[in-house]
Amino acid sequence: MLEIKNLHARVADEGTEILKGVDLTVKDGEVAAIMGPNGSGKSTLSYILAGRDDYEVTEGDILYNGESILEMDPAERAASGVFLAFQYPLEIPGVATMTFLKTAMNAQRKARGEAELMTPDFMRRVKAAAAELKIDAEMLKRPLNVGFSGGEKKRAEILQMALLEPKLCVMDETDSGLDIDALKIVADGVNALRSETRSFLVITHYQRLLDYIVPDTVHVLYKGRIIKSGDKDLALQLENEGYGQIIGEAA
Amino acid sequence: MSVTELRPRTPADTALVSLAEAAGSGEDARRAAIEALRREGLPHRRIEAWHYTDLRNLMGRRLGGNQLIEAVAAREFPQTGTVLAPLVAGSTVVDLDAPERASAPQGVTIAATDDLADWHESPNHLDRPVDTVRLVSAAFGARAATITVAGKAELAAPIELRGGIGAPSHSAVRVSVGDGATATFVERVEGGGSPAPSSAVSHLSIGDGAEVLWVIDQAKDEGAAHLGQLNVSVGANATFKLFLLNAGGQLVRQEVHAVTAGEGSEIIMRGVNLLEKDQHVDVTTTLRHTHPNTTATETFRNVLMGGHGVFQGMIKVSREAQKTDAKMACNTLLLSEDGDFSAKPELEIFADDVQCGHGATAGEINQDHLFYLMSRGIPAPQAKALLVKAFVDEMVEELEIDAALGEALTGKIDAWLEQSH
Repeated sequence: MLEIKNLHARVADEGTEILKGVDLTVKDGEVAAIMGPNGSGKSTLSYILAGRDDYEVTEGDILYNGESILEMDPAERAASGVFLAFQYPLEIPGVATMTFLKTAMNAQRKARGEAELMTPDFMRRVKAAAAELKIDAEMLKRPLNVGFSGGEKKRAEILQMALLEPKLCVMDETDSGLDIDALKIVADGVNALRSETRSFLVITHYQRLLDYIVPDTVHVLYKGRIIKSGDKDLALQLENEGYGQIIGEAA
Repeated sequence: MSVTELRPRTPADTALVSLAEAAGSGEDARRAAIEALRREGLPHRRIEAWHYTDLRNLMGRRLGGNQLIEAVAAREFPQTGTVLAPLVAGSTVVDLDAPERASAPQGVTIAATDDLADWHESPNHLDRPVDTVRLVSAAFGARAATITVAGKAELAAPIELRGGIGAPSHSAVRVSVGDGATATFVERVEGGGSPAPSSAVSHLSIGDGAEVLWVIDQAKDEGAAHLGQLNVSVGANATFKLFLLNAGGQLVRQEVHAVTAGEGSEIIMRGVNLLEKDQHVDVTTTLRHTHPNTTATETFRNVLMGGHGVFQGMIKVSREAQKTDAKMACNTLLLSEDGDFSAKPELEIFADDVQCGHGATAGEINQDHLFYLMSRGIPAPQAKALLVKAFVDEMVEELEIDAALGEALTGKIDAWLEQSH
């Protein structure tokens, strides 16, 4: 599904290097967790995967299903199946949530050469997915994310993910700002989407999320490199010992 | 006295006076205005109220050479007289060239008058002692009408006001809305170009407790010039809502001058200015709070693909207007390096217990918003269009007006956005 090879990247404006040779492979159907202390480059990695042009890749490559995506813009990557669930979903005044959802779904369908969704079919899909995530109809009548609480925004991200049916889901600190009930709803939403043909890259600070979304692999990102990989027990070890031990070993 | 002062005349001044003299009948009544126009000439950048819209210079470019004089002699102005469908189906259409022909709904009287606009004093605080827009209106003998809405009348459909469809057209209307009445007026500003500007001067008097929505839908043809002025007095506990759309013309100045006429009045002004290459569009407003407990919100959103936009907004709060709450904002989206925008917000406050604020912003599309939409698969052009539309559609939404009218206005905005992308 995803092969990140010796990826080096810097902030486009000022040239600060953030990623310094990331190597990571995620197989079809795998849930890979990326953990790491603040400033290790986790969010940068997620933005680069989604195609944000604030970052410049200086070396290495990102292969998605065997092909490099570095030359693709964010919309092309999305249409090919890459989805980023934002740590801080943006509020966009004036853009109605339903209009946005329909535009996005149909833009992706169009890019893939599929017929556009008719309104009744679209409405049916939104209602079903929203019910699963306990999102009420009133919320969907508002402009995109405007006035949503932190938890509502994260649920709205998962709603988009469910509707857009991506192949590779990158989740950037989806647990931040969620209380335990909201976390369960979000995790259930994610787990419902797990399948043999869909992979997840779950970026998080804390092991807590991984109690609900159980990963197949866990990778520690530190100073722009993956310094240790393991299975879900590695997350528990980090929870108990902190990052110090592993960072010490790597150095 | 300025009357005796000799001012240099430019070809534009001379040409405009020639055009006024040739503008049909009623010259005796218009004589004083024509002489004042000859004497005062067009305002220029050293007149503060016209600093960003140097009419003498801008008209000079339009009226250059002998083309104009020839046009006057031959009376060869382009006529683009297609009959328009009303903005909202079921509206009462008043053709200001022949107002007596309109079929007035119950509670409304419509009549023609010979009154010329009073140009002896300008409602614009930084202007000359004469008012340019009214002076042009009077010198050209604007067709005038009066419309009266009876107290407590509730008009179901808008009254649509149309100046002369051909060019050049000059109209003046006095509207009086009685206490407790509800009415919507749509001013259609359409039509072709001529060397001289068309003009529309309106006076709106809103009775106590009445609610009036006034829409100015300016969609002049490419190459046309237009001077508009709306003067409003808002009665006690009355509401005045304005929506101004500028989506056409080459040289346009629209002034709105509103004054409170009683306690508790509310003014809500929203506007959208859409500009392309070679357009000059100026919106100049003054809000005068002269009574306690009045509120005003004023927001203009501008989208520039080019051209030069101007916003001048003045909020004046007099000593007795305590508890005034007035806010003004002007936000500009610059989508081309060729476009520029001048914003001049002003506050003049003499009361000590008020809340007043203003803000002006100018920038490009928010890159974070763009990335978010694109990350969901929406291609860049479509994502940008969605964000631009959101930026301006909010102005219509915030007015909370009748759905059909709101849709008609967003439809007009959409049409402009689609053809300019």
